[in-house]
Amino acid sequence: MNRVVEHSEEAAAFLKDEKRAAWHDETLWFVRAKRDKAAHKVADWEELRETASQIKDHTLSNLDEYLIQFEKKAKENGIIVHWASDGNEHNQIVYDILTKNNVKHVVKSKSMLTEECQLNHFLHYKGMAVVDTDLGEYIVQLRHEQPSHIVLPAIHLKKEDVSKTFHEHLHTEKDNIDPTYLTRAARKVLREKFITADAAITGVNFAIAETGGFVICTNEGNADLGAHANKIHIACMGIEKIIPKAEHLGVFLRLLARSATGQPITTYSSHFHRPKEGQQMHIVLVDNGRTRQLGREEFRNSLKCIRCAACFNTCPVYRRSGGHSYHNSVAGPIGAILAPNLDMKANADLPFASTLCGSCTNVCPVKINIHEQLWSWRQILMKEGYGGFAKKSAMKTMAAVLSNSGLYRLSGKMGRRFMGWFPALINNKLNPWSKQRDMPAPPKQSFNEWYKNNRKNG
Amino acid sequence: MKVGLFIPCYVDQFYPQVAIATLQLLEKHGCEVHYPLHQTCCGQPMANAGFASFSAGCDKNFTNNFSGFDYIVSPSGSCVLHIKEHLHNNGKPEQATHVRHHIYELTEFLTDILKIENITASFPHRVGLHISCHGQRMLHLSSMSEKVEPSFSKAEQLLNGVKGLQLLKPKRVDECCGFGGTFCVTEEAVSVQMGKDRVTEHKANNVEYITGGDMSCLMHLEGILKRQKSAVKIVHIAEILNAQ
Amino acid sequence: MGSREKILQAIKQNKPAAVPLPQVPSFSRMTDDPLNTFVETLTSIGGHVVVNDFSQLKNFLVQQKKDGLQVINGVEELADYNIFAYKTYKAIDLESVDTVVIKGKIAVAENGSIWVTDSSISNRVLPFICERLIIVIDEANIVATMHEAYEKIKIDEEGYGVFIAGPSKTADIEQSLVIGAHGPLSLQVYIV
Repeated sequence: MNRVVEHSEEAAAFLKDEKRAAWHDETLWFVRAKRDKAAHKVADWEELRETASQIKDHTLSNLDEYLIQFEKKAKENGIIVHWASDGNEHNQIVYDILTKNNVKHVVKSKSMLTEECQLNHFLHYKGMAVVDTDLGEYIVQLRHEQPSHIVLPAIHLKKEDVSKTFHEHLHTEKDNIDPTYLTRAARKVLREKFITADAAITGVNFAIAETGGFVICTNEGNADLGAHANKIHIACMGIEKIIPKAEHLGVFLRLLARSATGQPITTYSSHFHRPKEGQQMHIVLVDNGRTRQLGREEFRNSLKCIRCAACFNTCPVYRRSGGHSYHNSVAGPIGAILAPNLDMKANADLPFASTLCGSCTNVCPVKINIHEQLWSWRQILMKEGYGGFAKKSAMKTMAAVLSNSGLYRLSGKMGRRFMGWFPALINNKLNPWSKQRDMPAPPKQSFNEWYKNNRKNG
Repeated sequence: MKVGLFIPCYVDQFYPQVAIATLQLLEKHGCEVHYPLHQTCCGQPMANAGFASFSAGCDKNFTNNFSGFDYIVSPSGSCVLHIKEHLHNNGKPEQATHVRHHIYELTEFLTDILKIENITASFPHRVGLHISCHGQRMLHLSSMSEKVEPSFSKAEQLLNGVKGLQLLKPKRVDECCGFGGTFCVTEEAVSVQMGKDRVTEHKANNVEYITGGDMSCLMHLEGILKRQKSAVKIVHIAEILNAQ
Repeated sequence: MGSREKILQAIKQNKPAAVPLPQVPSFSRMTDDPLNTFVETLTSIGGHVVVNDFSQLKNFLVQQKKDGLQVINGVEELADYNIFAYKTYKAIDLESVDTVVIKGKIAVAENGSIWVTDSSISNRVLPFICERLIIVIDEANIVATMHEAYEKIKIDEEGYGVFIAGPSKTADIEQSLVIGAHGPLSLQVYIV
């Protein structure tokens, strides 16, 4: 993926439409508030998070064994298991299954993995029609956009936008913005797609090593309709989606929906173990950089993520910059620590799209230390030279001044009004600080000077 | 009790009154306070920008200035956090460890070490409390809205004892103000929007002042307030606790 | 070397030292009154619950049929127990189904969900393609939490099982809740 625009520029553009940006912020804050309410109903919430975190830690430290166990059990269950090293191989595997079975039409429910691998693009290029059936994803697909949020894919759009898109593509009434009307219109069109498709692609929320099955969670019922209505079901999952035992589902399902939307559970939590009669069930296990991330000690526990997006909703920066500003299939704080692993150069800006406020870390249901990883990525990215020469030399100068008492006092005296050594506070028209903020009024003397004048015992 | 007073660089340069208030407050409560004159900066601006590797000089200087005290106290949660998490000194590892383990943010020093229960201060105003993230979420100076935990706040505990003070909380009690170190310039648009949103919520409470434990957040909010020509002022919690 | 071996080898090389698997602690049950909590929770997420009034269901189904609506029934105690006749029907042939009645196995108070499996739904597409889903559940099978539910069920006993919590829904347009997305427009639960 090639980055054209920095996160900060996209964010500034997003904020230009003040009303829409405020709506985006308020709406996602409301989702966060619902999450809080749901979490507070569970007295053991923090213990539940801790348990989930430990299960994931354990799983990552035995990931190879659990994958082998899962594969064996899944095969016994009659599921065909595939392994893909990267996105391309994943796409090719899916394509081969489809062509081998003469599939022309495919319905796909939400899968962030297939977004990461750009499966739709790949299949489209090969002449195969894939319809995204999650309502939000369907909307953005019609608009040739990317999802801006992993749980709420069309959260960047207003109902007027959806109405316009549906009017164009589904011939709904012009300017009818009633969400129920629009949803029903999509339901009608997609029903047709479900029952006339030849194959269904789904994601996976959890795969259980001890039973060789997998769980998919949706509210709309689209994953089930697709999977059950078709003779081929292909489920795609990152290798980190494994959990050891069935009993662990109790822990994760209690956390997932509450963290995501504040619901006690998603409407459907579907457990697939064996294909129905006459059906082919495939599962594609995908690496695509995950084993590399596993080897990065500071970042490996980003692989614990269960894709609830609580960190998106709580992130004051995400809420005010929108998902597209992250130019990565997974946006938000978690995206900002996953993306550099995929491509450091293209995503070097993302770990800086944070104030390091730490709210993400504390909503995370599996206790990923997101803000610490953002900090660590910054160190690595700058060490690798992705900050550019100018930034590095400015920082060097700043470090030199700030570590030397004499130089520091001198520059303070000369430039109190300007604080030239602190890039945040260069007082000229080009300085971003002053664009919408005033500088602090410079005092007559620094504390250091006051102290020397008023106290002797320094 | 020998206390080393650490005054963050931007407080030293821009807000000497906050440093004076901190000094007087500690002395008032019986501390023998020393201010090492050669102190500079904790190194956080570089580290958060991705250049922690450049902060060895700051670390060395910090260790030299502060390793000789029972406690090191500072009116900034953020700078204290940085020292606690990132101060290293290969030449003097033991001294660095001592500093990391004995540095305190002002309000936690007052409540946890000095165990002050009755503050003798008076500040008869409507005051909005801004909770700074590093103090809250990393130093645990107060409970956070994300977690299911008993509610507590060291700042509130102290402010509740201030005569005449009416404490008001914004609607989103602990959302970040958007300062974020170099973030405030590299992500100017988001930073300012976050700050404006905080200010709007405080204004809705008709506050006269916004207070908090980190002058950097307050400097950012002040910049916005001043640009808006607002009458709302900022004041560091040390100034309130020291006010008669 | 194939991708499988490549991936497994990379994991072996990169994984951290073994971390023990924690015991899942015995979490709070959250309620002393699973029945009422279940009713409350399911109602709050858009389900409609009827307690101890089986005749209401019987009358409802009679009326449905009178209105010419197609009803598929998987509850033996009710008239026209016909669900297994539809076992191999394709989705395209089930498009016009209005009401599906099935038996639930376990209901969970904390989240209002009900566990149903292949053996109770006959054809996997049925609970999703109908307009109206009705689930009948025995009060004795209401448990407090998901932990208790997973103690009682064996997830791979049958090829497919699903926790259903309310009618299908979406909020993908401006976060406005719309009941009835791709699946049923309504869910009624009869507790007997």
